[in-house]
Amino acid sequence: MTVILEWLSGLCLLLGGGLCISGGVGLLRMPDFFSRVHASGVTETLAAPLLLSGLLLQMELSLDSVKVIMIMILVLATNPTATHAMAKATLHGGQRPLEFANGKDIGGDGSSKL
Amino acid sequence: MRYIRSSLFVAVVWLLLSGHYTPLILSFGAVSVLIVVWFMWRMERVDEKLEVLPMRPRMLYYLLWLMWQVVLSNIDLVRRIWDPDLPIRPTWQRLDTKVTSSLAKTLYANSITLTPGTLTTDVREDHFMVHSLSPDGIEDLRKGGMEEKIQRLGI
Repeated sequence: MTVILEWLSGLCLLLGGGLCISGGVGLLRMPDFFSRVHASGVTETLAAPLLLSGLLLQMELSLDSVKVIMIMILVLATNPTATHAMAKATLHGGQRPLEFANGKDIGGDGSSKL
Repeated sequence: MRYIRSSLFVAVVWLLLSGHYTPLILSFGAVSVLIVVWFMWRMERVDEKLEVLPMRPRMLYYLLWLMWQVVLSNIDLVRRIWDPDLPIRPTWQRLDTKVTSSLAKTLYANSITLTPGTLTTDVREDHFMVHSLSPDGIEDLRKGGMEEKIQRLGI
């Protein structure tokens, strides 16, 4: 039983770490602010809960596990609010999203232009 | 009545967070609970009425479904991030909404923002402005699966 938990926890931590790196890579590759916000969403919405559940599986059931669950709920509940506030502030500041309406993907050369 | 319920809830949260149960610390906790409830009472003069999401079984089912959607769109987004061609086509469009109550609107806008790939930038009377990493994201929202699920919650 403990072996299974150990492996499950390791898997969660590995996936969470991988997703964190993906979020960072996305942050660097995306062309403008708004698409970068999407990339950073990966770390907040899936990587953080995965890392926290990985830790949760390793600890004994106690008050601390309740706290970890509370952190998870807090991260998931505040993420949309923070993201929305950031996007709205950017629009208010006069920056407009890049748009490619003519049916072409941005492609690799679009990155790091802005 | 509502204040009693809120203070009980705040007290439970405090007890879970504290973990120290000596008389002195407990009395500090009681004082902080009272202060928080007093703040809530004061806020009521600014904000008309407190609206709280009802935690019904259907609500929990919706949240589980939402988490699953979050996982799915994360997989899609990670695939796009690592693709050497970077297949994104950002759009920023108007999304007409059918939900009317402020609670349902809040839930809908937050659900859109929580799923990576779509982001609500503005909430208006009858529409949202949604930024999406690819037109598919907005098309999926226009099909209305998520909105119907929220409407069925009856909030």
